[in-house]
Amino acid sequence: MSTAHFSLFGRTKALENKIDEFLDVLSECNIHFKAAITYFLEAGGNTASAFQQKVKEVSAMESRGDDLRRHIESELYEQALIPDFRGDVLSLLEDLDTVINLFEDNLINFSIENPQYPTELHKDLKGLCEQVALSVESCVMATRAFFRDINAVRDHAHKVMLYEKEADKLSIALKTAIFKTNLGLDQKAHLRNFVDKIDELANEAEDVCDLLAIYTIKRAA
Amino acid sequence: MDLSVLFFMSSGLFLGWSLGSNDAANVFGTAVGTRMIKFSTAALICTIFVILGAVISGAGAAHTLSKLGDINALGGAFVAAFAAAAVVAWLTVLGLPVSTTQAIVGSIIGWNFFTGMSTDFSVFKTIIGTWFISPVLTAFFSYFMYKGVSWWLNKQKIHLISLDALTRYALIIAGVLGSYSLGANNIANVMGVFIGANPFQDLGPISGLQILFFVGGIAISVGIYTYGKGVMMTVGDSIAPLTPVGAVVVVLATSLVLFLFASEDLEFILASLGLPTIPLVPVSSSQAVVGGVIGIALIKNSGNIRWKVTGRIVVAWIQTPIVSALVSFVMLFLVQNVFAITVFQKVEFQVSRPLLEKHAQKLDVKSLESLIGKTYTTSGALKSDVDKILPHADYKAELTFVQEARMERITVDPARFPELGKSGLLTQPQIDSVKALSGKTFDYRWQLVEALAATSETWRMKEKTVLNKPYNKQVGERLAIVMDLYTERMK
Repeated sequence: MSTAHFSLFGRTKALENKIDEFLDVLSECNIHFKAAITYFLEAGGNTASAFQQKVKEVSAMESRGDDLRRHIESELYEQALIPDFRGDVLSLLEDLDTVINLFEDNLINFSIENPQYPTELHKDLKGLCEQVALSVESCVMATRAFFRDINAVRDHAHKVMLYEKEADKLSIALKTAIFKTNLGLDQKAHLRNFVDKIDELANEAEDVCDLLAIYTIKRAA
Repeated sequence: MDLSVLFFMSSGLFLGWSLGSNDAANVFGTAVGTRMIKFSTAALICTIFVILGAVISGAGAAHTLSKLGDINALGGAFVAAFAAAAVVAWLTVLGLPVSTTQAIVGSIIGWNFFTGMSTDFSVFKTIIGTWFISPVLTAFFSYFMYKGVSWWLNKQKIHLISLDALTRYALIIAGVLGSYSLGANNIANVMGVFIGANPFQDLGPISGLQILFFVGGIAISVGIYTYGKGVMMTVGDSIAPLTPVGAVVVVLATSLVLFLFASEDLEFILASLGLPTIPLVPVSSSQAVVGGVIGIALIKNSGNIRWKVTGRIVVAWIQTPIVSALVSFVMLFLVQNVFAITVFQKVEFQVSRPLLEKHAQKLDVKSLESLIGKTYTTSGALKSDVDKILPHADYKAELTFVQEARMERITVDPARFPELGKSGLLTQPQIDSVKALSGKTFDYRWQLVEALAATSETWRMKEKTVLNKPYNKQVGERLAIVMDLYTERMK
């Protein structure tokens, strides 16, 4: 009986696990990103081995995320699963993959371009990363809720909006602070560019949640 | 093998094709319409289980009497089946779900009109009742079932992918059961009329009847494959958008309505437990499934219901029996007069003293004594004479009187006794009591029935109660075996 049950729902459970794993990848990238920026700032540049280790880990996770996404997408199509939500789930996965890519891009850029933030701005940059991390984590939770408990989606999505707004405020404050320093314009523009790129993560998480809100209305209807 | 039988059978196969192309939507319409099950998968499952249902359960009762069995000539049955099939096929091409049974009833009425036979017009009451009762009841059930299922799913927090798998399995299981019963319940409509003229011989353990029903099942399957998708998409997609869970609820609500309001088995179980029974009402799955879809659309967003499509479907329901009757009538005229094919056998109706005595309780038989000795060639002519004498007679009682006036002059031929045991259904006392009537001749069919009942209590019907229904049905089926043996078969 248990064997029959296993084989009957085996493929379904495997696919569910793959979706969960994909969201785990995003969640872990989020944690590693925050840690990587901290290592970067503490070491005063890209030379810290702990930072380089994190860059490698996020890159590997990005590849893993791509594999998982492709596998999930082909399973959904090949088995013609969730016909009424297939399109929504596919674009949701694509959008979340964009967030993972952004994490990798950010860290690679930090690694290559080695932006030199004055020490007095470190706290603000870490604060921005903290808000971004919170918004991405809430986005992951909202997505998990979309698959299992649609009533909870709204709660998590609402938090994403709040964290994103907070991240915007911090990024504006940080950019203002950058342009008030005595650094050269080229360096100021360079640092601003990184602030924008980090803030983009929160914006992307918010965009995902906007779409998620619509998918949820559709699912609940 | 008589080749003309094969020719006549072609219209039965056409009817099977029409039934498959239209009625498969009752089973798989919502599953295919919501894209939960691919049409090719649905068609394959439906094909296998329709054939199994037809061969195993359809042929299970040795005498599955077809509604077309009222028609007494193979040519007439050919035309009536063809007319019903043509009407259902036409509506199938338009993608509209209709009841094949109602098309058949319509074409029989066409035959009655053409041949001057009396028609029990209460059948219209039943059909019209079905148009309202089936969809309304199913809409009601699907409305509340969907609310309940949604509440339960909210509590269970099932993963979207698991829910998808559960829904798919539920649709497949419902489809398997629905297809089996589609084959079992409808094969008699398709091939039942040809049982008497079955050209197939027994093949080892497989009876000729099973082969006949297998051929009918193939015809239904071809209908599903070739034209089944259109009606499925109408049911599952065009009336109103449906979610996969909604698709399951519609199928369950339809089955539940059929089970609660049309199942004599349930009625019997409730009565045996001393519980009040649910009144049996006429329901049709073709009409029920449409009501089910509308019931769910009412919860989600009534603005999504495409009333134009729904209106076309309702018009098609009304058209089905009426157009079938007209097509049948016109075709009978053509077939008889242009192709000189016999569409009905001459029959005789005579009023006699024993007949009047039998009906003395329900009719004023004294006034009918003037009819004694007169011979009528159609039941319609006799009924019209009875109407003149007794204009206010009870409709049902008068109809039974007219039908029982048919002279059949049945002789219990001892040469056919060995065939009595062939079906395996008659008990020894029943066979013995038939043998006791050896050589006797009966003017009317009911006289033979009464004589059998007088010889053995195993032939006696019990009082008409819910609990006695299965017993009486069984006696009726066994009587039909004897009657088929001693009355003339369809030619």
